[in-house]
Amino acid sequence: MRAQSLPADAAPLFAALGDRVRLALIARLSDQGPLPTVRLTQGARLTRQAVTKHLKVLEDAGLVRSERVGRDRAWRIEARQLARTRAYLDRISAQWDARIERLRAFVEDGDA
Amino acid sequence: MSTDRIEKRIVLKASRERVWRAISDSARFGAWFGVDFDGPFVAGAEMIGRIMPTQVDPDVARLQEPARGMKFVIVVERIEPMTRFSFCWRPFAIDPGHDYSQEPMTLVEFVLAETEGGVLLTITESGFDGIPLARRAQAFEANESGWEHQTRLIAKYLARDNQP
Repeated sequence: MRAQSLPADAAPLFAALGDRVRLALIARLSDQGPLPTVRLTQGARLTRQAVTKHLKVLEDAGLVRSERVGRDRAWRIEARQLARTRAYLDRISAQWDARIERLRAFVEDGDA
Repeated sequence: MSTDRIEKRIVLKASRERVWRAISDSARFGAWFGVDFDGPFVAGAEMIGRIMPTQVDPDVARLQEPARGMKFVIVVERIEPMTRFSFCWRPFAIDPGHDYSQEPMTLVEFVLAETEGGVLLTITESGFDGIPLARRAQAFEANESGWEHQTRLIAKYLARDNQP
């Protein structure tokens, strides 16, 4: 079982997401819930080995979790991590909105 | 949508000179941004500032008060008069006990252009893909309730202004 907190030098979260195949895997797991590797490989034009490689990148970034199920592995979304990613950028974005309002007040209304 | 960058655009109803001054003059920049710098902006220079509550909004100033005096570091990148000002920094690097010097920075760019009605200012912050996960968590530990208030203030401004 993977630890919840990741080491500081773990692969950047966003680099893990910046790939069409990995985004598609995330989408499928979001829609259909936990799935084994064999199911994720069906309908993907990739070998099981390639799919597993992508899933491991996602797992290293803390976006999915896996556990042994028989001779296969079942994968699930680590939802909190995805939400944190979005929330982090939203927070930075909101800070900039606030600064921009202050800049506007400064140049348009004040003694700039 | 990119996860590596945030881009904001605003049309400011002011002259290009006025907007450029507000961005490139460290004292004026600090007045609205909320930082007291120790000198003028110089390309390539590291600038140390202290967080000081903004002079343009008393509500926000009150919320920034807990951070007053905290060290704030930027490395100025480019200064192209009337057109572009950029610096690197580390967002949320406000733990006084922590040495951030080995950690990645993001790049903030201000670009000015003439447009109908005033000056189009484009602000871009990029490099988020390089920020480690542990550092992102700090964004939430710092000032949790302060940011909620700030978000409500922003909503108030945006509703008043109706920017598309």
